[in-house]
Formats: sequence, structure tokens, C-alpha cells
Amino acid sequence: MKKFETFSGVAVPFPGHNIDTDRIIPARFLKTIKRTGLGVNLFNDIRYNEDGSEREDFVLNQPAYRKSEVLVAGDNFGCGSSREHAPWALTDFGIKCVISTSFADIFFNNSFKNGLLLIRVSPEQRDALLEDAARGENARISIDLENQKIVRPDGEEIPFDVDPFRKHCLLEGLDDIGITLQSGEKISDFEAKQKVSKPWMQGARV
Amino acid sequence: MMAAPKTLFDKIWDSHLVEEKDDGTCILYIDRQIIHEITSAQAFDGLRESNRPVRVKDAHLLVADHNVPTKGRADGIENEESRIQIELLEKNAKEFDLPFFDFLDVRQGIVHVIGPEQGFTQPGLTLVCGDSHTATHGALGALAFGIGTSEVEHVLATQTLLQKPSKNMRVTVNGKMGDGVTAKDIILAIIGKIGTAGGTGCVIEYAGSVIEDMSVEGRMTVCNMTIEAGARAGLVAPDEKVFDYLAGRPMAPKGAAWEQAVEYWKTLKSDPDAKYDIEVELDASEIEPFVSWGTSPEMVAPIGDVVPDPASICDDAKRETVEGALKYMGIEAGMKLTDIHVDKVFIGSCTNSRIEDIRAAAAVAKGRKVADSVYALVVPGSGLIKEQAEEEGLDQILLDAGFDWREPGCSMCLGMNGDMLEPGERSASTSNRNFQGRQGPGGRTHLVSPAMAAAAAVTGHLADVRQLVDSEAAE
Ligand code: SF4
Repeated sequence: MKKFETFSGVAVPFPGHNIDTDRIIPARFLKTIKRTGLGVNLFNDIRYNEDGSEREDFVLNQPAYRKSEVLVAGDNFGCGSSREHAPWALTDFGIKCVISTSFADIFFNNSFKNGLLLIRVSPEQRDALLEDAARGENARISIDLENQKIVRPDGEEIPFDVDPFRKHCLLEGLDDIGITLQSGEKISDFEAKQKVSKPWMQGARV
Repeated sequence: MMAAPKTLFDKIWDSHLVEEKDDGTCILYIDRQIIHEITSAQAFDGLRESNRPVRVKDAHLLVADHNVPTKGRADGIENEESRIQIELLEKNAKEFDLPFFDFLDVRQGIVHVIGPEQGFTQPGLTLVCGDSHTATHGALGALAFGIGTSEVEHVLATQTLLQKPSKNMRVTVNGKMGDGVTAKDIILAIIGKIGTAGGTGCVIEYAGSVIEDMSVEGRMTVCNMTIEAGARAGLVAPDEKVFDYLAGRPMAPKGAAWEQAVEYWKTLKSDPDAKYDIEVELDASEIEPFVSWGTSPEMVAPIGDVVPDPASICDDAKRETVEGALKYMGIEAGMKLTDIHVDKVFIGSCTNSRIEDIRAAAAVAKGRKVADSVYALVVPGSGLIKEQAEEEGLDQILLDAGFDWREPGCSMCLGMNGDMLEPGERSASTSNRNFQGRQGPGGRTHLVSPAMAAAAAVTGHLADVRQLVDSEAAE
């Protein structure tokens, strides 16, 4: 995973609530066996016409937002399926950070595992950022994970909370399987105890 | 000092805790994982790239379901991308030596149907799958939740996940269920009440006399759609019904181990004074057969209602969401739900494809005909369910009524295998998601119970199944 560095970029306003993962990446694009290349299909069915041409009214097709790096979203972004293709499509497009009032649980976990920072803010802060984002290229938003702050175009800072472990993994670009394997002995101890106390729980092959 | 009272979730969590770090992150032991073709290829690649082995081979079960054809599959898989994905699952199963059902095996089926059916799912286990509807398995008292592909890889390599404990929420349903009301209607009513984000960050324990009286299959329907209320897992305390359900299943414990397991399973209930962060109560006698009218599972109403009017919503964002949903669905505020005509009817998915569901659909279909304007298909959840339904003659009843009878898989629930809605087409569907384009780009989905789906098939529109049954009684 790449290290997450402070950046400032164009933010795209995406105000609808309950944007589900089927909307972010429709099921027919899940036939891929790779993690990459999904950016072109991000929001596919609302981004393109049936003949494959771009819909002019879709925000990411507008010149100001074609290189967006921050997405400011409505409540409960990423609900629905567990498909990690949703963060893969977002990051492949170039989105590095999504800001909303709330996110669905599985999408939240999946995003951090792919270097995509999700930030929860209050409804008022989100609405203010939506207004900033509506100004397109004229207003860049900065994301400083190290110091846990969003910097609005006018310089105002919005502090945010982030889980310390996730922050550490993002900043260092760490693979959490490697971290867990450092606890290998404890896992083995657990397994040995469970084998005695609940022997039927381990191994199910018939 | 007495130990603090615990919920069922707390008990299963505590018994699987390997390590708690200073920052509160926990390493949680995962007993079982089911793996399907859509969310696993990249996980196995990850293992290969980092040269990591699978830690506990027998903890996994691999099966293809999302992408499999439901017709003529013995002739092979036509769609190339689907075939590559399904073949890759088999290749990974062989390479890593993991338990696997191939797609012609009679035990093949939807991951959340075959886990319980094989006895792979058991009370008190932690169970995961790269699929959000893993919540289904909570009906047997397992702590079961959906994960993404990186976590699938994490479980393969470490048999654990990094987690933080969820909040405890309890949904209690008491009262007498009315005629025509099923487990599906109960969960649609619950989601309608708490909303699609109502359970975010929570595990929902379902309780009350209605849940206790419900069959294990009905509980699976309820737990299945827990994710549609935003919660990661649903749970029902295991009881005699669950033990009876599991007895003799191929992967359930046998002999002395069975006795020992049941002894333990009996302890798996919340302590009387356990605290919940959120409590919700519903009176089942007020619940009617439900349908969804919009593009989110919280957009539901009793079948006797009309399509809601967005103009009556004060909150701007909410009003716009409802306006957008009605536009997408091609329906008008104020129109009777029973005036909505359907083009296709889909009876299947991990929500409603078990034998009880097929029996309920067949009971309505019996002696009736699918409306000329409708194409209806029934897709059993597993090969074994298909076999049983055929033994009971249900396939014949459905075929006589004009339904199509398919081979098991996810099918039109998400439209990956070619079974899908065309743009603008409308379905009554027993699945769990009515998102835009879920069943095919431009497709419109109304979520209903199996009996209500069959009623829609024979009338050609969303219909109140109670009226069909009444007219039968009058004859
Ligand atoms: S039936 Fe539908 S919801 Fe269930 S696992 Fe398959 S695709 Fe997912």
C-alpha cells in the first residue's frame, strides 16, 4: 500500500444520501479478477448513457471535476454489498479521501485497507464542504492526516477523528496481515485452548 | 463481585478474543469462512504474491454461486468472464487444498443457504464471508458478518480479523402475526422503521415471541436483511429448533462431540439484565404484507397503501431522495401499490429460496396461471433444495402454473449471470435489494415475500396475497 501523504485537491460534491455500492460499481463489473482498472466504471450507470457516451449532467464528467481527489458525500455512503470493488473503483479513478457524516461499516473497513481515507464530520461541516466543492477547481481542499485536519479553501481548519491504528497503517502504508502475523503465537495459543474446550469448532471438512 | 451481565454478542465476542491492543483494536479469532468466486480471486493472488500459506484449511468452504448459469449448466458456462472466475475458484481450491463444491455438485448453492444446510454454520461460531448477507447465519446463533476481499485474505492467512466490538442493539417483536404475514414482512417492517442506517455499528439481536415461534428458515430471512438496516450481523439465541435443524447435517458434530456442543449451545443466550445500546420494539399484529416502492430497502409500505408523496417531506435531502426514487421507479405519488404492474417475478436469493419459501410460492401458484404479461422464475437456493422440492412435486405445480424452474444460484438477485431485468422492466422479487440497477441497468425492483411474489405473478401486478387466499376460501 502507498503511504498516505498530505495533499490538496479538487473536491467533488456528491450530496445524495445512501449511495450504495451497486451505484458506485454495478455488479456486472465484478467479473474482474484484478483490483485495478475499475476507475472507468466508477458510478457507471449514472455516469454514462446506454450507448457508452458520457452524461453531461453527471458531475464527474464536468471539466472542473474530472480530476477530483476528494469526494464530499451524503449520509450513509457505501451502504449495501461488501464488494471491495467499490473502494478499488474510487481509488483507481483518483479519489483519495471521502468525507461524509456516516459510512456503512463494511465499506469503511474496505476503504482503509486500500489507502482510501474516510472522514466523518458533522452535518454542518459536511454541508459547508459541499459548498466549497461546488466551486470546482476554484477551491481546493487539503487533507492532512498526520495532523487530522481538513483545510478549507479559505484556510479554515476542520479537525477530525481517526482510529489510531488505521491512521498508523495509512501513514506508513502498512499491510495489516503482516502486523497480525506478529501475534502468531497468541493465535496458536488460542487455537490450542479451543481445541480442548470446544473440539467440534475446528475443522469442518467432511 | 458478580460479573457484568452479557449479551449473546458479548459472549461470542469474548470467547473469540485473541488479543486486545492498547488502542482498543482487537484480534478476533474466526472459526469459519465461506468463499465464493466474486470476492476471492484477488485474495488468493495476495497470498501468492506474499508467499503466505492458508493457516487452517478445514476452516473454509468454497463454492461458486453469484455467476453460475441457472439453465443448462451441465453444458458448461457460456459467458467467458464468468467461466474464468468460476474456474479460478476451483483452481485456487485445488492449489491451496481447500474444501470445495463444484458447480455441478448437488450440494452447490448460494453461500448463505448451504452453510446452514451442510451444518457448516453452528451456534457460537464466528463465521465470515466476502459477502454482506453473511448476516444470515446469525439465525443459528453464530456471529456472522460480511467482509471485503482484503479481509478474506486476512482470514485465510491468519484465521483472525482486526476488529472493534460492535454496539448491542435488540429488536423485539411480540404480538400475533396476521394472515399472509411472513418473516420477510417482519424484516421489511423493521427496516422501514429504523432505516437503512439504523443499525450502523451494531449487531442486532432479534428477540420476542414472534422470533421464538419462527422457524429457523424464517429467522434466516430476518437475519439476512439485517445488513439492509446497516448492521453488520443479526443474531438469534439458539434453541431446540436450531439443535433439531442441525442434528444429522453432514458437517455438524457427531456422537459425543454433538452432546458436548449442545451443552455449550444451551448457554448461548443473553443474560437477563444485559444492557443494549439501542432497543426497538415492534408489535407484529400491526404488520401487514409489505412491498418496497422505492430504491432503498427502507422505502417500504403495507400492500394496501399508496405511493407516498414527496411533497409532504420537509427535509430537503430526504425529499429529493424520494423524488429521485419515484422517478427512477416510474411511479406517481398517490397511486395504489396494487396498481403497479410487473414484467418479471423472481423467487429466489439467499433471503427467500429455501424449501419453505418454495412451498409458500407453490401454495399460491397451485391451480392458477402466471399472467400473460409476466415472466416468472423460481431459483432454488441449493441443489439439495431443488431435489427436495422436486420430491414434493412443487416444481410441477410451479411449472403447470407457468413458472420457470431453474438450477440454484444467486441469479436475478444481482443479475450477474445473465438472469436480469432489461432497462425499464419491473419486477416483484423475493431478494433483498431494490437499489437502482441491482437486477440489471435501468431495472426496477419491488421487494416482497415469496407468497406475495407468486400473487404478483398470477395477477400481473403487486397484489395482496390475502385476497387471493380469501377468494379461494369463498369458492
Ligand atoms: S443471493 Fe443475492 S444477496 Fe444473496 S449472496 Fe447471492 S447476490 Fe448476494
